[in-house]
Amino acid sequence: MNLYEYMGKEIFRKNGIPVPDGYVIESASQLKPFKKPSVVKSQILLGGRGKSGGIKFAKSDADLKAAASELLGSKIRNLTVTKVLIEDMLNIKKELYVSIALSRSDREPVLIASNSGGVEIESVPQNEIFTKKIDPLLGYSDFIGREASAFMKLDPEIGKQFRSLLVNLYNVFVNEDCELVEINPLVITGEGNLIAADAKVIMDSDSFFRHKDIVITDPEKTPLELEAQGKGYAFVELDGKIGVIANGAGLTMATLDALTLHNGKPRNFLDLGGTDNVDIVVEAFDLVLKANPKAILVNIFGGVTKCDTVANGIVAAKNKFSIKKPMVVRLSGVHEEEGRQILKDNGIESYPTMMEAIERVVKVSEVQ
Amino acid sequence: MSVYVDENTKVIVQGITGHQGSFHAGEMIKFGTKVVAGISPGKGGTKFQDKVPIVNSVADAMSFSPNATMISVAAPFVKDAAYEAIDAGIGIVYILTEHVPFHDTMEIVHQARRKGITVMGPNGPGITVPGKCKIGIMPNQIFRDGDVAVASRSGTLTYEIVEAITRSGMGESAVIGLGGDPVVGLTFIDVLKKFNDDPKTKKIVLVGEIGGNNEELAAAYIKANIKKQVVAYITGRSAPPGKRMGHAGAIIEKGVGTAESKIKAFNEAGVKVADYPVDVPKLLR
Repeated sequence: MNLYEYMGKEIFRKNGIPVPDGYVIESASQLKPFKKPSVVKSQILLGGRGKSGGIKFAKSDADLKAAASELLGSKIRNLTVTKVLIEDMLNIKKELYVSIALSRSDREPVLIASNSGGVEIESVPQNEIFTKKIDPLLGYSDFIGREASAFMKLDPEIGKQFRSLLVNLYNVFVNEDCELVEINPLVITGEGNLIAADAKVIMDSDSFFRHKDIVITDPEKTPLELEAQGKGYAFVELDGKIGVIANGAGLTMATLDALTLHNGKPRNFLDLGGTDNVDIVVEAFDLVLKANPKAILVNIFGGVTKCDTVANGIVAAKNKFSIKKPMVVRLSGVHEEEGRQILKDNGIESYPTMMEAIERVVKVSEVQ
Repeated sequence: MSVYVDENTKVIVQGITGHQGSFHAGEMIKFGTKVVAGISPGKGGTKFQDKVPIVNSVADAMSFSPNATMISVAAPFVKDAAYEAIDAGIGIVYILTEHVPFHDTMEIVHQARRKGITVMGPNGPGITVPGKCKIGIMPNQIFRDGDVAVASRSGTLTYEIVEAITRSGMGESAVIGLGGDPVVGLTFIDVLKKFNDDPKTKKIVLVGEIGGNNEELAAAYIKANIKKQVVAYITGRSAPPGKRMGHAGAIIEKGVGTAESKIKAFNEAGVKVADYPVDVPKLLR
């Protein structure tokens, strides 16, 4: 889960990583009286917020009110700004970059740092980027910080602050179960301090059982996706018109791909998972119907998930929700004969292969 | 020895009394796998299906000389269970469990590496060598002994492809599920080496998906090292960027991990990529 900047900075503050003084508001009425030149930052999960007009500067009380009122409730590239962060403006002398990320191929954390901060790291030449893999069983050690400081040619006082920041940043990465902790820019101020001007933190949602304090309000998910998550389904909304229920993430993705290759656009991804429970099938239909598709495709390769159970679930859903939309079902694997008989008895068409079902559902969705 | 496991592999099941663990241990026994003991702390001294001894710890199971373990315990307890198996020196550790925090997996993988132990999964369907040994949850009836080795990042999709291979008249020398998480024990390159060294394997199928660069690295390795025929299928062509498609590892991030990139890499390495799962056997001919 991608955290908002203010949430990331709260974690940084608790872990001894210096961040600018600031506070978050949801309405202009929560503004505190103007004291110092400030930055007003929209809390949305987009790169390039500044270029899109999501960051404003305030040099007076009037500026502050105007900026907050203008940003709150505004839309930036389709995302509505519901919170803004008000922070003291920094006296920026130089901008650095630092992050710790998961390297999937190495299966270990990698530290990335550069003297060229404030721009996307992808645009910085490779020879200006320091990278160092960290053995997760050994953890971070100061020699890594010394190597990084030398590479970046930091002056000794800043280098000292940088090394202590790296200790804390690595602690955040590990203790908060992060996929990424990124500070860009990491600012060297005119006063000679190192301060995290931004915070990008991505936490592993599989770790939430040990982070009970985290409120799961994943801002990148739609209300229907959040509802599905609460009910234990892997569900993604897409912009097509064919509702999809399949079992297994790989098979569900393959179903979407096959539909797309047949010029049929999927409305959603829904993985039923491994289940032998009729109610889970019925609940899945509830979610897909809320997405209002033109037709529904069910693609099941039976194993742990028995075809007759799924068939019973489809019939129960059809009756419960009085489904009139065309439904096409593919059942293959364990108990497929029984499953197809149940569907036939209830007037629902089914096919033994995925390709037949895909072709059929694309055809019926076109006439809807 | 066939690929990782064979008819002499003695398997223990950590979490044998759980709902998943007991069902699949039963299926493994039906398949012919030598399940020598089950672990369930506090339930030691009883028996599974009246024949397989249940013990309290992996240490207690070592008298049965296991060479492999299947871990089917809840995600918060996986790291401890894996460390217990690694500490005991069991050569192959297959983790079925989904939703294991990847920080735990990183530590498990690195600890296993230090001890020369092979970790597979998490979040995978298991490993099967038809006629010899099955560890995991793959359906027993889809396999036929043959010369096609399959490695995959997903479960059900693997069954779909394996069944298509079997129905076409061919058979499998080994089927390995790598797991759908961003961090897993085995890479495609690890299994390609095994498939290449296995005299029984004549053809190789890789089933990849969006996310990471495991497939791109495999493509480069195939080009330089593999003479056997390799065919691939990649899923997630229609996935939008930034969305996790069911598997924690199936996500396109900052333009990395797209299906296009993987298909292109395979094509450049001379690996044919099927458009649909059912097309895989046609490309193998």
